[in-house]
Amino acid sequence: MSDKKIKMLLVDDSASMREMVSFTLNGAGYEVFKATDGVEALDFARANDVDLVITDINMPNMDGFTLIKELRKLPSYKFTPILTLTTEDSSEKKNMGKVAGATGWIVKPFDPDSLLQTVRRVL
Amino acid sequence: MAVNLDMSQFHEIFFEESREGLEAMESGLLNLNVGVPDPEVVNIVFRAAHSIKGAAGTFGFTNISRFTHVLESILDEVRSRKRGVTQELVDVLLQSVDGLRYMLDCAKAGAQVDENRIAAIQESLENLPVEQQPKPAGWQIHFIPRPHLLQTGNDPYRLFRELKALGNLFITPDFSRLPGIDKKEFDPENCYLGWDLLLQSDAGIEQIREIFAWVEGDCDLDINLSGERRQLVERRRRRDDESADALLESGRGQEQASIRVNIDKIDTLINLMGELVISQSILNHAVTDHDHDHDQTGRLKEIVELLEKNTWELQEQAMRIRMQSIDFTFQRLPRLVRDLCRSLGKQADLEISGGTTEVDKTVLEKINDPLVHLIRNAVDHGIETPGERKAGGKAESGLVEISAAQEGGNIIIKIKDDGAGLDTGKILAKAREKGLITGAEELSMSQIHNLIFLPGFSTVSKVSDVSGRGVGMDVVKRNINDLGGSIELVSEQGKGSAFTIKLPLTLAIMDGQLIRVGKEILIVPVLAIVESTQVKKQLLSAVAGKTEVYRFRDEYIPLMRLDNVYGLSSDLKDITDGLLIIVETGQQRMGLLADEILSQQQVVIKSLEANFQQVSGLAGATVLGDGTVAMIIDVPGLIRHCKGITAAHTAGNTALLPGIHT
Repeated sequence: MSDKKIKMLLVDDSASMREMVSFTLNGAGYEVFKATDGVEALDFARANDVDLVITDINMPNMDGFTLIKELRKLPSYKFTPILTLTTEDSSEKKNMGKVAGATGWIVKPFDPDSLLQTVRRVL
Repeated sequence: MAVNLDMSQFHEIFFEESREGLEAMESGLLNLNVGVPDPEVVNIVFRAAHSIKGAAGTFGFTNISRFTHVLESILDEVRSRKRGVTQELVDVLLQSVDGLRYMLDCAKAGAQVDENRIAAIQESLENLPVEQQPKPAGWQIHFIPRPHLLQTGNDPYRLFRELKALGNLFITPDFSRLPGIDKKEFDPENCYLGWDLLLQSDAGIEQIREIFAWVEGDCDLDINLSGERRQLVERRRRRDDESADALLESGRGQEQASIRVNIDKIDTLINLMGELVISQSILNHAVTDHDHDHDQTGRLKEIVELLEKNTWELQEQAMRIRMQSIDFTFQRLPRLVRDLCRSLGKQADLEISGGTTEVDKTVLEKINDPLVHLIRNAVDHGIETPGERKAGGKAESGLVEISAAQEGGNIIIKIKDDGAGLDTGKILAKAREKGLITGAEELSMSQIHNLIFLPGFSTVSKVSDVSGRGVGMDVVKRNINDLGGSIELVSEQGKGSAFTIKLPLTLAIMDGQLIRVGKEILIVPVLAIVESTQVKKQLLSAVAGKTEVYRFRDEYIPLMRLDNVYGLSSDLKDITDGLLIIVETGQQRMGLLADEILSQQQVVIKSLEANFQQVSGLAGATVLGDGTVAMIIDVPGLIRHCKGITAAHTAGNTALLPGIHT
């Protein structure tokens, strides 16, 4: 683990969010793969393993909940930490994420520090 | 009518029982966490003190009873939470255990107790400041994940890591929900464990809840102030009532299943067993010599074979009575490491494994000092100071591991540390300075390391009060060799050292190689034999006139003509008709010249000392199947003697071992 870079899959339809999050994670030394929706993310996940998935909920083509459910069906994603990005601190959304199989959540808006702190909890 | 009872008949049991009590107290005290003592552990320590006090009073050891009373009162205050557990308290309590042990030893030996020593300890006991039980400075967390928890990508380990960042975390796993591994319902992807966590921290409950936020609903979670620990433990106990009862039941069963027996009785039994085995082989011999054709003989042979099997089994079981688990020795070591670390300003953990391995009581007693010495060395010379370790990129606290395992008829003990390792440069310099090597030799790494086993070697220029007080590694090695064992060393500079000790499980029987010299049968312990070889004249040469050496592989080893050594007459017309048995103890090898090599067999060792007198060069004797007595060669003794002869020759003295006549 020490030599190998930690890999993350970031799924968000908002380009600015993708850039901000990946910039922060790259800066901390993580390797980040980006996808714009659930379908793209799932395609990537079928061929590649990562150490962490961070996904938005509301996305076109395939939303975050469906993506999580599909990911959990893949043998190599059975135990992979998956964090959701939720716009508001709504317990309903959090619960839906959990039911789908998410590990935890990151509440938007967030600053780079709290993002890294949260990410480190599951690595 | 008054009963006239002689109390002294119970003293032996009292001493034995008190010794066990003290050991329980000691290990309990070492496990006592400062600030947050486990009530169970406190209870164990208290009960042990209480029993000793009561029994000592009954048997008339009033000084022991009086002293223990003071100790017991303090423990009672700890038990009833009137007194908190501080480092100072643990230290003084450990001193008291030492004091009690000393008083018991005196009582056993009928010696006078140095009252000043006891009074000093009693004074520090009485002057211990009463620290109030600290306010619940922490949280007791009861955490039982639902089986599917891991499948959400969460991991208890990561939660504990988060908690640990808040303070000191003590983790107790709860295995009660674990299904049998053979059961169908066991799913390796599920989490069946639960945990009782004690977090010593100023953190507020919100901070802890935050850590568990992602697993809320995926677990049972109870967070309480740690003052409520007792209730929690009790609640847990109620839940586990059934299994706890079963455990207690088996505990009681064990207690009833053991009785104390005087060691003399066991030795007599084992001795008689030895005689029986000998009679058995004489019988075997007699039957084998019989006419084969006879029907009757065939039947008789079957019976004798059965009897032989039973006899060996019986002997093995009899031997096992003398076997004790090596824990008897191991359990004193944590205290040793703790005390050493405190006096040296170092930090080290001791990890013990394989403590249940059983070994003969005599071996156990004799191995104690070498083990203590090796552990001392590991902490004193091996483990670096926390500062040095940090600078070297290691954890500040060192690790010393000791393990035991059985391998055939031997016990293997390994002692390993992650300290500095041996400094080959220093060793070489020292060996040159002491004249142990000339400095011209090309030495391999392992040969350099093995220099520390040479007599008169000690690398520490400053003699600390811990190790290096005259008793060197040579003594450790000799003690182990004398038990028929060996010690090996592997060390890597900067990484640490590891010693591997191999010892026979018992000293009463061994695998012996029978050899013949003239009319005499001698026995060489199989463990000591490297190989046997035909003598080739071109490899033989004489040094200093009389001592013969033989080129074996790449080294010259001394050759011993056993007929000369033991005053026998050999049949050999020419040395090349004989066979050379290469034996070894530790790193030293020697060739023994015999007329013939016979069979190998397990032999019962009879002490010459007990039956006749000690004879140098001989480890004992045994009776063979045909009833003849055969002497067992003491290989370490012979190698030592061989060196003596070499020295004596130089001085013009040709005295050999006294001849034996049987």
